[in-house]
Amino acid sequence: MKEYKILSARFERPDGHKLSVYEQEGGYQALRKVLGGMDAAAVRETVKASGLRGRGGAGFPTGVKWGFVPQDAQEVYFFVNADESEPGTFKDRFLLDYDPHQTIEGTIISCFAVRAHLAFIYIRGEFGWLVDRVQTAVDEAYAAGYLGKDILGSGFDLDIIVHKGAGAYICGEETGLINSVEGRKGQPSIKPPFPAVAGFLGKPTIVNNVESVATVPWVINNGPEAYKAIGTEKSPGTKLFSVSGPVKRPGVYEIPLGLPFREFFQDYLGGMVEGEELKAVIVGGSSVPVLPAAEVMNVNLDYESLQQAGTMLGSGGMIVIPESCDMVELIQVLMHFYYDESCGQCTPCREGTGWLHKLVKKLRGGEGTPADLELLEHVCGGMAGLTICPLADAAVMPMRSFLGKFRPEFEALIQETATTGPRTRWPRGEQE
Amino acid sequence: MNKPVSDQKPLTPGEDTAARIDELAARYPNPASALMPCIWAIMDELGHVPPAGVDLLVAKLGVTRARVHEVLSFYTMYRTEPQAEYVLQVCHNISCHIMGARGIIAHLEKKLGIRLGETTPDGKFALEGVECLGACGMGPCLQLGKHLYEHLTPAKVDDLLDSLRRGEVPRADTDRELEA
Ligand SMILES: Cc1cc2nc3c(=O)[nH]c(=O)nc-3n(C[C@H](O)[C@H](O)[C@H](O)COP(=O)(O)O)c2cc1C
Ligand code: SF4
Ligand code: FES
Repeated sequence: MKEYKILSARFERPDGHKLSVYEQEGGYQALRKVLGGMDAAAVRETVKASGLRGRGGAGFPTGVKWGFVPQDAQEVYFFVNADESEPGTFKDRFLLDYDPHQTIEGTIISCFAVRAHLAFIYIRGEFGWLVDRVQTAVDEAYAAGYLGKDILGSGFDLDIIVHKGAGAYICGEETGLINSVEGRKGQPSIKPPFPAVAGFLGKPTIVNNVESVATVPWVINNGPEAYKAIGTEKSPGTKLFSVSGPVKRPGVYEIPLGLPFREFFQDYLGGMVEGEELKAVIVGGSSVPVLPAAEVMNVNLDYESLQQAGTMLGSGGMIVIPESCDMVELIQVLMHFYYDESCGQCTPCREGTGWLHKLVKKLRGGEGTPADLELLEHVCGGMAGLTICPLADAAVMPMRSFLGKFRPEFEALIQETATTGPRTRWPRGEQE
Repeated sequence: MNKPVSDQKPLTPGEDTAARIDELAARYPNPASALMPCIWAIMDELGHVPPAGVDLLVAKLGVTRARVHEVLSFYTMYRTEPQAEYVLQVCHNISCHIMGARGIIAHLEKKLGIRLGETTPDGKFALEGVECLGACGMGPCLQLGKHLYEHLTPAKVDDLLDSLRRGEVPRADTDRELEA
């Protein structure tokens, strides 16, 4: 079990957030290297050559995205997406909590690469404590001359604004995020135009996930070849996985992409806690299809392998589900979430997420019939791929996979409640 | 921390908040884009955004009243009514659900004598179910203002409620020293 510490070197260190500690360990050397002799194109090429893929969910190559900013653009904006609201995901919080300067250094270098002079770090509103943490680190960076006018005497200017969200999952979608900072509802916009061409205030805008940005200093310091030497050919580098559920050691892990799940589960997570058996795993956050235990044991944790297995790497928010959990109950929890978070612009999403939630609730309420399972599938068919943003798909993917992989549980529930009556209580607690 | 219903501050943002709004409007690329942090500034002072707060935002940022209301109603954390002194927000999403969040909610309902979504008659406690708080591996969890309490057990909940009844907000799992 080889340890990789590209992103997680200062995790869980009580003083890891301090500028002095970050500098002692080589922090801001990448920025000095960039400002001391690289031009923007060279930085973009370096990141492109590293093969770094966006860690916010879609896995789009970061350097390639940067290249979409029109060369003649006068005003460019950069957004660090720290909205982190995908259920099961809590990795960006670790990066910003234990090591905010790594992300700040990455932001400065990224802005230099796309020629932006104003960056926003958009932190979800529920992370009020983290907003203070990051603001303190930004203030330190200003005081040390890493931010503001003429950074380190290079002539490059950059300001960073730490922006606090206010409770809306949809603001994690990049155009929703941009609209939110314009002082509007965080509703996504139709693409194209893509933000890299026309984003914030109609100007070219790059949105990157915290983890993508935090990787940039290492790539500059160590070179693209060193990064590509880790992971697989098409999924280079390391990835943070945040693991929840009844495993012995839940938490955030940095692993090389391509690591077999079996090894991760046994060596890193320590397997299940006593008395629980593995039933299924959602590997990449609540929006990706679930894999039953027998299937997940054979996958490798990289973009291509997971796609072949019928799911996605997503955000790396891994949710481990034990045998003791009822899958219909879990999908009801998830459908409630997507119904709640749909921004309401598109009819298939607004109505569809409501229907899915209502139907699953009806099943648990003892009024379900086998025809409702067909109806669930039919509603999914009317949502997928038909909306402005992928939130509708994010609801459909877990719904379809739960129904597809665990159909006997749905059928048994319909039969059982027909005789025993409705399940109006959550098994572990309060009334619904 | 939100103020008790019975002990409301004057329902007009003070001079410090007005100055903060000017500062934010100058810092953001245009005044309208500073709307969210300006709402936060009012929330931080008063616990909610009263009508006078809306007036102030319209006057200072040059945005329409409709825009302010649109934004206030879209984001779940913004409030336009006074809140209970302690709003306990328990995550009921998937990972916390697997780890027993419903049991924690049931325990809180019993202890507080209210149902999810209600406020105690004295205006001290409100109990809300919320979506993922980004503490999935440390669940069950609940949020109280800027404090996040993780790895909840009924005993930990009891300690929390006892402290709050004494007017003390105990140290949360996310409370850390910020000095450099
Ligand atoms: C509903 C929805 C929610 C999203 N939430 C987040 C989020 O919380 N954090 C994030 O980085 N990306 C999120 N994304 C993806 C962003 O739209 C965008 O692709 C990403 O921030 C780009 O960064 P990257 O290229 O570095 O991955 C979300 C997308 C959708 C459709
Ligand atoms: S798909 Fe849903 S969340 Fe996305 S824009 Fe449409 S209504 Fe809003
Ligand atoms: S599911 Fe409860 S914090 Fe994420």
